[in-house]
Amino acid sequence: MSAVDLTPSPGVSTPGVKPKSQGGGFARYLLVRFLLIFPTIFILVTLVFFLMRTTGDPITAAQGGRLSPEALAALREAAGYDRPLLVQYLEYLGRIVVFDFGTTITTNRPVIDVLATYGPATFELVFYSLIIAFAVGIPLGLLAAYFRDKAPDAFFRVLAIFWYAVPIFFAGLLLKLVFAVWLKWLPVAGRASVGAELQLQTLPNKTGFYTIDALMTGNPAVLGDVLAHAVLPSIALGLLTAGIFLRLVRTNVIGTLSTDYVDAARSRGVAESRLLRKHAYRPALIPIVTVIGLQIALLLAGAVLTETTFEWKGLGFILAEFLESRDFVAVQGIVVLLAIIVALTNFIVDIIAAFIDPRVRY
Amino acid sequence: MTAASATVAPPKRRLRDRLPVVHQVRQSVGLQRGMLVAGLVMVGVFILTSLLAPVLAPYGFAQRKDASGAFGTQQPPSLEHPFGTTVGGYDVLSRVIWGTQTAIVVIIVAVLLSIFIGVALGLYSGYFGGWLDRVLVVVCDAIYAFPSLLLAIVLSIVISGGQSGLWAGVLAAAGSITVVFIPQYFRVIRAETVRIKAEAYVESAKVLGASNSRVVFKHVLRNATRTLPLIITLNSSEAILTMAALGFLGFGIEPTAAAEWGYDLNKAQSDVTSGIWWTALFPGLAIVFTVLGITLVGESLNDLADPRLRGRRRVAKAAGQVAETSVVPGGTLEAGPGGLRGLEDGESFDEHGIEVKP
Repeated sequence: MSAVDLTPSPGVSTPGVKPKSQGGGFARYLLVRFLLIFPTIFILVTLVFFLMRTTGDPITAAQGGRLSPEALAALREAAGYDRPLLVQYLEYLGRIVVFDFGTTITTNRPVIDVLATYGPATFELVFYSLIIAFAVGIPLGLLAAYFRDKAPDAFFRVLAIFWYAVPIFFAGLLLKLVFAVWLKWLPVAGRASVGAELQLQTLPNKTGFYTIDALMTGNPAVLGDVLAHAVLPSIALGLLTAGIFLRLVRTNVIGTLSTDYVDAARSRGVAESRLLRKHAYRPALIPIVTVIGLQIALLLAGAVLTETTFEWKGLGFILAEFLESRDFVAVQGIVVLLAIIVALTNFIVDIIAAFIDPRVRY
Repeated sequence: MTAASATVAPPKRRLRDRLPVVHQVRQSVGLQRGMLVAGLVMVGVFILTSLLAPVLAPYGFAQRKDASGAFGTQQPPSLEHPFGTTVGGYDVLSRVIWGTQTAIVVIIVAVLLSIFIGVALGLYSGYFGGWLDRVLVVVCDAIYAFPSLLLAIVLSIVISGGQSGLWAGVLAAAGSITVVFIPQYFRVIRAETVRIKAEAYVESAKVLGASNSRVVFKHVLRNATRTLPLIITLNSSEAILTMAALGFLGFGIEPTAAAEWGYDLNKAQSDVTSGIWWTALFPGLAIVFTVLGITLVGESLNDLADPRLRGRRRVAKAAGQVAETSVVPGGTLEAGPGGLRGLEDGESFDEHGIEVKP
């Protein structure tokens, strides 16, 4: 290899896109960014499929030891697991294209049904956690930046590191112990108490989003019950993210506080507090929008742990149950579904970021 | 200035300035020094505990009875069992102490594996480019964007094959963490390699007829690994958190094979509901202590390596070009409009490195 290419390789995330046209940039960016979803999903589906298959076929994993070898072989043949792996892989890809993620072995339900049943719970949990993360992380980050290198800054930074160091399930267990078991202020686990759950389940056109359903019952007691159940899980998951937002806001605000236009405003006699609120704060939020995209992956992983801790019957909770029963068709289906959700969320967040900040479009 | 003096090598920095961590401690000021030293002490306690576990632990990690009979289950803290006993009848204190050994083994295996593979791939990808580079970047980006815990779960199923003995469990935890980390090392090393490849000294080496392997290992690798210590510390804490999460979800190591904090927390879940606090509190605190210590060290090193975040007293001495290094979520320095460039000028600091407000 004598002729080594000395020019830095172009960023592969934008193959073939050059900053040529400045005018129609947004539509082009939208299209390219949308097309990039597919390789991401394809890679993850492929990875998960072949990884799961190295352990053997799902029927043996789920039923192994319980059936005679002949019965097992018959089952495998019926499900098509005796065919070459590549054939199975292509077939699997073909079914994913039409949103068929397989049927669970233990409960014999389509995986997409599982999403419809348990997805809203996870969505609600993530939504509430994000609210807490914003409400806690952004003000504290602003304060930390304002008091840079002074005592409050030191305190908040150590706090952010501390939040990162506490595993989410340990935080959940402690919250549960103190506020649910000892103080009895809040319910221990679940999404609603038995009575409320009954009312929610008998709703004619229920959405699965308990907050919305509770509003539809028109019964404030049910709504209160549903919200009370959401408090502890949302705090456990939200504080982890709040720590991340805190650090981000701090770093970015410190950056913008020393830009020329802030200096210019300062020299015009604008008060420090106004500088922070009006001049430094908003531009500093733009990178945060971009970073939220990455946090979605973290939030979903956190949701798996939070849901297990609080028996919050969402996708993470059900995933843990399928893992326990070694139902790998279901596990594979849910993991692939989550991959698609993550890819789509990242796409949406990137589009929003590009919409706010034109420099992101290339 | 004569021609002779120009060829004389600059005086080497003193040894105490070149030792990795000692240098940073000397460089730091104020809060940063406090955080770094506190972190180092905590890591020291963690390592010492794991080395001295056989001496420190009153019982074995899989021991349920001694000469005076069985320990009993869910016993509250007492003189014989300062942290109480678990639902399985184990001594909590002993399992917390023995747990340090499991944690350290997992950290070492995971970090070594991911560095080795990640650096090798990153060097190849960054230096030679080509279609393999494209493929690797896309694959690593896909893995990077995916919830790492889910991938770790899938991998731990694959690696352990459903068993959970000591080595199967340790390898499952370490291996699944490895795959999640490789993209991080890959990205950093690849970016550095692409940058270094264009440096004049690399071109000179090529002109002189140095082979690719010589250029890669002698010139590129040695300059590309500057940021690794930071990533290693931050990944170590992530390794502990991932292992604990796997254990909590039931992919841990059997209690008879090794002590693992996540597994103990998993078993403590039902205890919490009935008000039994000691089985959850102590293993959890062990995780927090260890992760906190390692993260404090890592974050301080990261801040110190970045002139934009470092306390200012010795800025002139050790300033240099710094790559994007923080891997803790939120630690990145995505610059806002105007970037962070303007930060160094236009600010004034007193002798303690504290900014003087105009």
